[in-house]
Amino acid sequence: MDQILGNLGLLFEFPVVNLKIIIDGVMIGALFALAAYGLALVWGVMNVKNLAQGDFVIAGGYIAWWLTGLGVYPLLGVPLAFVLMWGLGWIIYKLVIARVIERDLFTSLLATFGIAIMMAQLLNLLFGSDTQSVNLGFETLFFFDGFVDVPIAKLIGVCMAAVLATCVIVFMKYSRMGQAIRATAQDARAARVLGIDTEKVYAFTFSLNAAICGAAGAIIVMVWVIQPFYGITYAIRAFVIVTAAGLGNLPGVIAAGLGIGALEQYGSHIFGIGYQQAIAVLLLLLVLVFRMIQQRRSRQVLK
Amino acid sequence: MTIAKPVFYLLLVAFIIAAPLLFPNFGTQLATLWLMIIVALTWDMTGGQMGYNSLGNIFFYGTGMYVCAVIGIGIAYPIAEYTNAAGGGIYKFTDTQYFLGAILGIIGAGFFCSLCALIIGYFTFSLRGPYFAIGTLGVAIAAGELVSNWDWVGGGQGIALPVYPYDLDQGKLFFYYLFAVTGVVLFLFLKWMYKTRFGAAINAIRDDEEKAEAMGIHTLRYKLTTWSISAFFVGVAGGISAYQLIHFEPLETAYQTINLGIFMVVCVLLGGKGTLWGPIVGAILFQIFKEVTWNYLLGWQWVALGALIVVTVVYFQDGLMGWLKTTKPEWFGIRVEESSDGGAKA
Repeated sequence: MDQILGNLGLLFEFPVVNLKIIIDGVMIGALFALAAYGLALVWGVMNVKNLAQGDFVIAGGYIAWWLTGLGVYPLLGVPLAFVLMWGLGWIIYKLVIARVIERDLFTSLLATFGIAIMMAQLLNLLFGSDTQSVNLGFETLFFFDGFVDVPIAKLIGVCMAAVLATCVIVFMKYSRMGQAIRATAQDARAARVLGIDTEKVYAFTFSLNAAICGAAGAIIVMVWVIQPFYGITYAIRAFVIVTAAGLGNLPGVIAAGLGIGALEQYGSHIFGIGYQQAIAVLLLLLVLVFRMIQQRRSRQVLK
Repeated sequence: MTIAKPVFYLLLVAFIIAAPLLFPNFGTQLATLWLMIIVALTWDMTGGQMGYNSLGNIFFYGTGMYVCAVIGIGIAYPIAEYTNAAGGGIYKFTDTQYFLGAILGIIGAGFFCSLCALIIGYFTFSLRGPYFAIGTLGVAIAAGELVSNWDWVGGGQGIALPVYPYDLDQGKLFFYYLFAVTGVVLFLFLKWMYKTRFGAAINAIRDDEEKAEAMGIHTLRYKLTTWSISAFFVGVAGGISAYQLIHFEPLETAYQTINLGIFMVVCVLLGGKGTLWGPIVGAILFQIFKEVTWNYLLGWQWVALGALIVVTVVYFQDGLMGWLKTTKPEWFGIRVEESSDGGAKA
């Protein structure tokens, strides 16, 4: 208890610490937001809740790490991971997801859970269970007498995430395929009647989601570390963000992503790093309870 | 036919009693099989019969383990002192303390988990469909993370319980029969319950909750009762496991969300959701699959398990009993009449 109060006091005594926490949180949150956006896309368009989201992220990270080991320039790993994960997403869609779209909601949850277990284990068997990262070799910038440190690699990562998000937004808004995806999300049957090949839209959406996650993972491997079983961390965050922001609300997803990144950093600063995972999950429960209270209908009975 | 049923049940009971004596090398595996049967049957109460797919039933297993350990140790020594010493040899338990602690702990675990189910259910049962699954999964993960930071119960190191005071082989039998009795009681209870008005009501909730409510069924009350009964048995199973395993820690053993927490769902889906025998058959099939892959596919066992989940869910969702029901309906007492145009109707 004393420790918690001490940590709280530190925040007021040195306001600069707040700045550092917020900067860190926003950087992490930007990557959470990418994974969450992919989830919102798949959830909204085809009503599939993808629990393997985090493992797509980790798989993208391992692709980038593996390519760097082969001598590819690290930053090129991001677009390459995007392309390769697109292919993997397409294969998974054709093998599994295409058969669960029409089924009840729990089915997709369990099926993607099976995929998540398989992917994590395969990555473990292929690359070992050590944590891995790619060192870009850039320097770290210091502000406020060294209180706030911003590694250039993290800055580049956040910029790449922003560029990717912008590209996806523009694509969804103006391209023909983007319009088809949004139409299918609104009413799949009407879209089919109007001549949209929804099957193709579904395959495209799921592949796009995997690709976004893959690129996010490639950025993460340059900025932090990855490990085959870290996937669940990103999956939980993605679910928290999407539940909080709602489907098809892109600015909401980004804002919630940044917010959760910052909240989590505050939480782990105040309560200690051991509680970080617990804080994310408790946030999910809080969001669920809050949403439930918001939507509670009044039950009326005759007496 | 009338004579076949009692004979079948008699043989079954005889087999249950004799199994650990016939296969003494598989004592632990047989006890684990009973654990799987218990958790699968309890999962099916909410998942199969009531239509609420929980991914967080493992919460009751972990909580049962901890409550049982706290009671079992607490009747002899202060908990904080005991966990600080990490279960060192200084603490001796007499036979009475051991058995009294175990029995009180197991029963206490059951009742505490029932209470937890009422409280958690009050908040989560207004969640529908996948949100209920995600919400309950969240409860289980959060509980595991919080307990692993709670030093009073040993933190991430876990808790060590006293060892069975007599011969260890006898101990294996003791835990086997504890599990078996719990499993048989649960089975008989469910066999009776699914035939009563209560069983019909929870089936109505599964089929159409809005209509059930319109018919005057107080749905929340039924949902809470069902979940707390199922939590009672999971808590008891957790308590027995705690004493059987002797030492356990929070994330991998107690709140093992991605192991047992998912296994129970897979068992039920393999055997057939919403049937009485389905979870049992599924648990047996799953346990065999697990033992075979863990022994012969070491390293690839999790990949095989993931593949089993995907294949079961995607291609074989009705499970074995569901498949039998459509191909051999007469086995289930469903009369199929040939209608005049040649098609069959039930």
